[in-house]
Amino acid sequence: MRTSKTLSSTLNAGAWITVGILFLIGCFMVAKSLPLFEAMGVSSLWNDSGWHPSEGDFNVLPMLAGSLVIAFGAVLVAGPLGVMLAIFGRYYAPKWLASVYRGLMELLSGVPSVVYGFWGLIVLVPWISTFAPPGASVLAGIIVLAIMVLPLVVLTVDTAFEQTPQKWLVAADALALQRWSKIWRIVLPHSLPSIFSGVTLQTGRALGETMAVLMVCGNIVQVPSSLFEPTRTLTANIALEMSYATDFHVNALFVSGLILFLMTVLIVMVGASVKRKQYA
Amino acid sequence: MLSAHRLELVMKGVLWLTASVVLIIPVMMAYDLMINGFSTLSLEFLVSEPRNSGRAGGIGPLIISTGLILFVCLSVVIPLGITCALYLSESVEESSASGKRISLVLDILSGVPSIIFGLFGYVFFAQVLGFGFSILSGGLTLACMALPLFVRLTEQSLRHSPSSYRQAAEALNLTHVGFIFKILLPSSATGIAAATIVATGRALAETAVLIFTAGYVTRQPESLLDSGRALSVHIYDLAMNVAGGTKPAAATAIILVMFLILINGLARYLSKRWLPR
Repeated sequence: MRTSKTLSSTLNAGAWITVGILFLIGCFMVAKSLPLFEAMGVSSLWNDSGWHPSEGDFNVLPMLAGSLVIAFGAVLVAGPLGVMLAIFGRYYAPKWLASVYRGLMELLSGVPSVVYGFWGLIVLVPWISTFAPPGASVLAGIIVLAIMVLPLVVLTVDTAFEQTPQKWLVAADALALQRWSKIWRIVLPHSLPSIFSGVTLQTGRALGETMAVLMVCGNIVQVPSSLFEPTRTLTANIALEMSYATDFHVNALFVSGLILFLMTVLIVMVGASVKRKQYA
Repeated sequence: MLSAHRLELVMKGVLWLTASVVLIIPVMMAYDLMINGFSTLSLEFLVSEPRNSGRAGGIGPLIISTGLILFVCLSVVIPLGITCALYLSESVEESSASGKRISLVLDILSGVPSIIFGLFGYVFFAQVLGFGFSILSGGLTLACMALPLFVRLTEQSLRHSPSSYRQAAEALNLTHVGFIFKILLPSSATGIAAATIVATGRALAETAVLIFTAGYVTRQPESLLDSGRALSVHIYDLAMNVAGGTKPAAATAIILVMFLILINGLARYLSKRWLPR
């Protein structure tokens, strides 16, 4: 087709602006983190006596622990459950119910995290506090986050199931395999890489979630020693302290942002490489 | 050892049970929101100003702020997103190096936590560019966040456009620009509209981005450079910082979720119309 210089340079510009946004975000995170590294060295992040911004102590380990425990806990709950629900929706539910179920999952995946957090705050936290005060705890965070991530897991797993070659399923039917044997021997092994990559991406989402976790976890800076203890995540820490932080405190918050940023980039890369291998 | 037939029956039971139990959660959530918020809901609540830090009054100005933030966000996302999607579908091959590179950038960008966008917007738009805590800063930051999703969906719809259109355009010796504006974009309009609606839903649901960019002010905004509080931020603030804010927070949550259900329905309707083609 007769193309024009203006067109191709406009389209190029559009693409480069998108790349530029990511580049700028990376640059700002690094640039705002550097002053802290220069003044105190990187090792202060794990050597300082704790997170006491007013005394210049910025140990991020407790919050990193909080983030990881809650994110992995949520995915550990939502992952298997999501796979089961996707199997139910695609192979066991009657057609009308399956489409209702899928619609519901799409709807739930769009509900704002602040609404999940709000529900956790007014229902879940009081309930947990009846048997393990104070209620705002790692457990509450894991439950709320698992509920949030679940619909997304169901939708990605369902898309993965969709890719199973039709002729394998027909062959399985010809061999008179039971439905479950068909799923266990054919569908699941074939979809495993996609499921893994989908769940990896959801782990990234769970790590980056702010509002819901902020509202139900109690926000006390400590490495949680049980499920019922409050904790604070990296994301919640930024949201709570950014509004009044000054000097190195700001830089320290950007460092926690940088850590989150790098973790999510890593997670996306891992997820993408698993998926690419499958089609290679 | 269970026979295959037994196992089938057991699994059927287990899956039905799991599905029914999980279904209780959204029902419970809807019930709890309704119980707490229904008595506060009224037409008055939708139009009046919040009083006493939001304990009384309504959410009128906040709906306007939210609308303005969305307006800023979409007026950046739509042109920029369509250009980027056109680049992916028209300028490069899907499997080429630059196509893959942009795809990876979009994947990473859509995986970046929203709080990071918030930090970025706070430094870049509010401080470096000097927009301050404003609807403009908030909308632009939100645009960065919603962009990857919009580009992905638009690209999909552009790729679905029949190759016979392209061949016919080649045969008629149309210019590439003419093909894009007269044929490709109009024929993908429904898909692009669906993408816009999905991106709107994502932006409407966002909170963490807006706390440090659009700010907390509950007053009616007079210009795009005024600070304005979005509905989602209002829910957060009432629930966490205002004693006795539960009822109006629940009512606001109901309104926000209603908006989202509406948006979701619209997107489903549009993509149904677009898919069979």
